[in-house]
Amino acid sequence: MIFAKAGDAKRLDPADINEGESSAVTDNLFDTLVKFAPGSTRLVPDLATSWTLSPDGRSWTFELRPHVRFQDGTPFDAAAVVENFDRQRHPLSGQIFEYWQDFFADTVEDMTAIGPLAVRFTLKKPDATFLSNLAMFSEGMVSPAAIRRWGADIGRHPVGTGPFRFVEWIPNEKIVLAANRDYWGGRPYLDRLIFIPVPDPEVRLLELEVGEIDGMEGLSPDDVPQVLKDPELSLLTQPGMNVGYLALNTMKPPLDDARVRLAICEAIDEQALVKAFFAGGELGDAATGLLPPTVWGFDPEIPAYPHDPRHARALLAEAGYPHGLSLSLWALPVARPYIPDGERVAEAIQAELAQVGIRVQLATYEWGTYLDKLADGDHQMAMVGWIGDNGDPDNFLYNMLASANARIGSASNYSFYRNPEVDALLTRAREVGDRAERTRLYWQAQVLIHRDAPVVPLFNARQLAAFRANVHGFALHPTGQKDFWRTWISGGGR
Amino acid sequence: MIGYLLRRLALVVPILLGVTLVVFLAIRLVPGDPARVMLGERANPTTLAEVRAELGLDRPLPVQFGTYLVHLARGDLGRSIATGEPVGQLIAERFPATVELGLAAMLIACAVGVPLGVVAAVRRNAPEDYLATAGSLAGVSMPIFWLGLLLMGVFSADLRWLPLSGRLAIVYDMPHVTGLYLVDGLLTGSWTAWVSALRHLVLPAVTLATVPAAAIARMTRGAMLDVLGAEHIRTARAKGLSEAAVTVRHALATAAIPIATVIGLQLGYLLSGAVITETVFSWPGVGSLAVEAVFARDLPLLQGCALVFAASFALVNLATDMLYFRLDPRIRKTNR
Repeated sequence: MIFAKAGDAKRLDPADINEGESSAVTDNLFDTLVKFAPGSTRLVPDLATSWTLSPDGRSWTFELRPHVRFQDGTPFDAAAVVENFDRQRHPLSGQIFEYWQDFFADTVEDMTAIGPLAVRFTLKKPDATFLSNLAMFSEGMVSPAAIRRWGADIGRHPVGTGPFRFVEWIPNEKIVLAANRDYWGGRPYLDRLIFIPVPDPEVRLLELEVGEIDGMEGLSPDDVPQVLKDPELSLLTQPGMNVGYLALNTMKPPLDDARVRLAICEAIDEQALVKAFFAGGELGDAATGLLPPTVWGFDPEIPAYPHDPRHARALLAEAGYPHGLSLSLWALPVARPYIPDGERVAEAIQAELAQVGIRVQLATYEWGTYLDKLADGDHQMAMVGWIGDNGDPDNFLYNMLASANARIGSASNYSFYRNPEVDALLTRAREVGDRAERTRLYWQAQVLIHRDAPVVPLFNARQLAAFRANVHGFALHPTGQKDFWRTWISGGGR
Repeated sequence: MIGYLLRRLALVVPILLGVTLVVFLAIRLVPGDPARVMLGERANPTTLAEVRAELGLDRPLPVQFGTYLVHLARGDLGRSIATGEPVGQLIAERFPATVELGLAAMLIACAVGVPLGVVAAVRRNAPEDYLATAGSLAGVSMPIFWLGLLLMGVFSADLRWLPLSGRLAIVYDMPHVTGLYLVDGLLTGSWTAWVSALRHLVLPAVTLATVPAAAIARMTRGAMLDVLGAEHIRTARAKGLSEAAVTVRHALATAAIPIATVIGLQLGYLLSGAVITETVFSWPGVGSLAVEAVFARDLPLLQGCALVFAASFALVNLATDMLYFRLDPRIRKTNR
């Protein structure tokens, strides 16, 4: 099976990567303690068979799967788990364990092997997202023998417990994996899984059409109809775990007035934007809130803001702007999955807001400056977005709307939204362990957020992949994971 | 000759220093914090500080530049941010692919450009001339990515004569000797892989050859026209030499210097990263490496690529100058 991506992997050390070109490969080499169920962010056992949380919410105990070996023959056990997390605490020169920093450094106090196949994590404070964090690709279990042997070069010599083992990596030509015949879950159907980088999307599609490759990601939206027409190809789409939105800076008048913000929400027609910018709706959906529907805790009861220019005008008049007002809008300077063409989307929004009497000046900055200025709160309205990491609502709502993240200079709450009620709900939801309880808390928070309208939710982009029609058993995952374990090719393959 | 060579070599050093400084400043003075760009939406204060420290961005500019030069003098180009590998190693891995593609393209460009220019000059204002001139104009103006896709569409997708992209069919592994696959295949007797490497080379080399071929043809035509009117040509004709002998032995030999100059310049361009061609054909050379470095905001890698481009350009130019010694007796005399 040959799968083409837009670029080569950077490293094959799961803890030391932060992008999809590398994780697409490591997903097949490594297992995590818990993993996301197919098609959802529900958690199921992987290298851990069961787990318990202490009543004070600070101590997680995991029973590990017995008789699992790394691809180098060394056993997977509690000591291996401890060593994997220990090394992330003490990076070697050149290593930046970004996910460890973001998701574990502040919460994990210690981990101990309490038996050959039992591990206990002690947390500094209760963290309801801890289990989801363990399912991220970054927490794949690497062979300690290999870590010791290769040091900082482990990213070129990956050894895990996953369904495929590493064979060779010729930079920018190919990465070859072979079936791990001893895989604890049963050997994969494919004998070989080869990743090749093909930067140009049109060339990638040509290669798929002539059969030089079996599958590809990064399909250009314009090519979707062509793939749909071709009986030898199949198109996979999957709602992604992302959101593109307009942050309304609630510190800056007139955006400190919720009526003005609501008027903006009602003036923008997300459905029309999705049709125009996401291949007629084939590649994306209109967002109704900051939480995408693929993440549990999403409240399906909350409606999208209606597209109602007349009511928007009335709201503006009520807020004291019967003759309209002027605002600036920052266009996203780079193509991101959640907003593929910031400048053109900005122009469309400008035209829609003009309908209700809001005169919009467009502006944009180089990406690094853009993010800096956003964190400083220099904007009035700005396009931005988020791609989820661990499938937990906290990863979206707390990051983007909690007042703890509204500190000028290092904000990720770009609306600078500060609502003590919402804060209390979001904080409580990251501490209690029970998912039903957490869901209830997030539903309450979403109702308040919808009323206050600190952001205009715009898009949830879908993921896309195209395969030869004889490839079966592959499914896209909301987290962007690429798992080829149960994939097979009919007609004998290559 | 040796003295001249040394003087010219000594000149390359300040050029490279200048390039290093310009690239260094260009990368650092563009607005935006590189660490912020690398981390994107996910940046938090701790990781930002870590990345800045890793890149040395927390130190003053002169200190950063000084450190870079000291490392450079030791042959250390730093480590890539994206992969953690030494930049020198990454470039060394990819450079042979660029050299192979560049040389193949230059071979094609000369084989096409020189005869085309000669014919155009000899048959001046005849239909052949117009055809050759129109052809080279088209060659110079053709957008390369478009031509690449067009050739791919016709010869790979429709006719299926040649592979679409890459350097070698996935089933083969080329034993590594020089990194030039065509040479390695011959040296190790890996014939099937050699054929595959050759088939992969054809389309990108032809694509990359169009601009230099056109430039060489135009220069050859012009230089030949200058020479064909000269008195020694009339003498050669008067001696009763055949027209072919006059054209090749007397006219082309005299016109060789400007032609060699344009070939040298073009080769410099080819070796300093066929960025577009390498990207369209997924050719794993330094050009596509530089593109990846830009997208990943990999400063040390980008800096290393730019330096290697400048160095190869300067060295090819130097080699061209050396070639003048062979071609022009006058330079030999004045510089002895």
